[in-house]
Amino acid sequence: MSHSRGQLPEDPKIRALVQAMSQRSMSRRGVLGAAGALGLTGLLAACGTGGSGGGSNGPAAAVKDISETDPTVNWANWTLYLDYDDKEKTYPTLDQFTKQTGISVNYVEDIDGNDTYYGKVQGQLNAGQDIGQDLITLTDWMAGRIIRQGYTQELDHANIPNMANLLPNLQNVDFDPGRKNSLTWQTGYAGIAWNKKKFPKGLKNVSDLWDPALKGRITVLDEMRDTMGLLMLENGVDITGSWGEAEFGAALDDLRKNIGNGQIRQVKGNSYKEDFISGDAVAGVVWSGDIVQMNFENDDQWEFIIPEAGGALWSDNLMVPIASPRKSNAEELMNFYYDPKVAAEVAAYVNFICPVVGAKEEMEKIDPSLVDNPLIFPTDEDLSHAHVFRSLSAEEENTLGSEFQSAIGA
Amino acid sequence: MSNTVMTKKGKIADLRSRDEIKAERRKERTGVYLVVPGLLLLLLFFAVPVMVLLSMSLYARPEGASIGEFVPALEFRNYATVLGSYWPDLLRSFGFALIATVLALLIGYPMAYLVAVRLRQHGLLQGILLVLLIAPFFSSFILRTQAWKQILADEGFVAQTMKFLAILPADGHLTATPFAVVAGLTYNFLPFMVLPIYANLGRLDTRLLEASGDLYAGPMTSFFRVTLPLSAPGVFAGTLLTFIPAAGDYVNAALLGNNRNTTMIGQVIDSRFFKVIDYPGAAALSFVLMLSILVLVTIYIRRFGTKELM
Repeated sequence: MSHSRGQLPEDPKIRALVQAMSQRSMSRRGVLGAAGALGLTGLLAACGTGGSGGGSNGPAAAVKDISETDPTVNWANWTLYLDYDDKEKTYPTLDQFTKQTGISVNYVEDIDGNDTYYGKVQGQLNAGQDIGQDLITLTDWMAGRIIRQGYTQELDHANIPNMANLLPNLQNVDFDPGRKNSLTWQTGYAGIAWNKKKFPKGLKNVSDLWDPALKGRITVLDEMRDTMGLLMLENGVDITGSWGEAEFGAALDDLRKNIGNGQIRQVKGNSYKEDFISGDAVAGVVWSGDIVQMNFENDDQWEFIIPEAGGALWSDNLMVPIASPRKSNAEELMNFYYDPKVAAEVAAYVNFICPVVGAKEEMEKIDPSLVDNPLIFPTDEDLSHAHVFRSLSAEEENTLGSEFQSAIGA
Repeated sequence: MSNTVMTKKGKIADLRSRDEIKAERRKERTGVYLVVPGLLLLLLFFAVPVMVLLSMSLYARPEGASIGEFVPALEFRNYATVLGSYWPDLLRSFGFALIATVLALLIGYPMAYLVAVRLRQHGLLQGILLVLLIAPFFSSFILRTQAWKQILADEGFVAQTMKFLAILPADGHLTATPFAVVAGLTYNFLPFMVLPIYANLGRLDTRLLEASGDLYAGPMTSFFRVTLPLSAPGVFAGTLLTFIPAAGDYVNAALLGNNRNTTMIGQVIDSRFFKVIDYPGAAALSFVLMLSILVLVTIYIRRFGTKELM
């Protein structure tokens, strides 16, 4: 059996080289990309010096699926984002999955920020290489970026029948129409929280964070869409709609001012939790599930609300990266977690919004106290106060992202 | 030592036999061969990356490019752009590093002196203190810095005591301040200052101090006229080993600083590279940082350098 002309070798490295060579004029960029793919100048490739793809076409697709012969799946996720048994040091639902399907899972808590994870794997994805993960979990906007760049594989919905259980309002999202390449993992709010003992007055809106009594005791998130989303909502901007640079700029000025006068002590990612626990931060912009977990471990010290002007809603999405040869296994795993019973078990641990219809009923059996928790099973009324930051163009991601980073002094 | 003599005609004659000369040459060649692996390593892991960095810093972002897509170019404007935006952070980095170096010297010199000179007769105590000096290296740099965050926290003992004594205003805090960042730098790089000075003072001939005393020099004069000048190479090495990594450090500023007046250039490079995906900007800043350190260190060596370094 000989390869037909259109067919490319299976090895992604060789494929990248063949592709680069088949281009009529071999640009320097292409040569670098191909050489990088072969590991000759691994450094260049790792820095993402352009590579061979990158444009709208994206890198090469279609690898041979070896799921049949290799019953494993590698999954990269965020920390504290899957049910975990402290005593046994195991992930109960993962064990259940392995027992049920015979597929073993290499689960790594590898992702601690959308930007940093993207910075880490972008070079390889761009060269069409296997990044060693069959399933990655990234937030809406970053999912949108990598789908747009052609870094993900299209899902075979026939392999994920439970996908019918996806919450209706998540079935069609602007960054991935028809959910062709992604499936929601968990959803959550960015809102505001405060220490009930140290600030009994409480908060209602983002502007209450600028109370002089809280000077130097405020942290906000370094996730641009969450912090800026809340600030823009406070200014009456519809963050889902067609706002422009003026609206963004006005909110950025508010942020700059409050960093400049010392009202905001720090702008942080996941580590803001330590400041809440140590007492350095008394209030701030936070993620919903964190507060539930922190309260559970620290005698219910904090209260979380969605500001009256509205909160930001985000989701993290499961995707199969380009060149992963175990897509069917990954799809089987997604299908497993969309079983309402399994989804309820995860929700009982992670405390974010569960995207699976029917999980609420299953929760009755696991922990009835969580059934009415609006942070896990929000009502339509709750969801009407939460908004999704609109997708940004590549140009906007670049300029607004850069402005935000400068404003937070990094 | 010389094997040559001047002949009457003024020519240089070699007194060694041919075999001797051959053996000498072979020795020299062996020396060269021994250097080759090191040179290759440097070429591969230093020279090549620096060239890649330099070329990357001149890449351009084409109109309408997707994130992370850059094309080779000679975009010298990259330098103007990043320097225009981030020169205060660059200056601050050098300022913080300088203060931390001076503080580390003031704290570290007496420590090194105590262990190396004063305790020379007490082997056991000297050994214990030396281990204590190196002990911080046994645990993670990040964890130790993180621990300082807890020690200096608003609700912590230190901050509370300082507030009680009115050294710190009631609404003041220690973490998330320039003070905390400089303190962190000083603490973390202190061993790099102490160890070279210790190694140097360990060789100090104490008879010189006795001689100085015999010549009616007081302890202060002896120190400034004898001990300090003799230990200059150690001080010199210690200051370089402290200043250079401190200037490029970003862990202390990230953990102990704020977002207003503590940002160091390493943090900016990190965020340009990983968050904004501005590879040329990050490369340009790295290159500027490297060049500035090189220039500063060259000036320092010219001005204060001794011939017998370390």
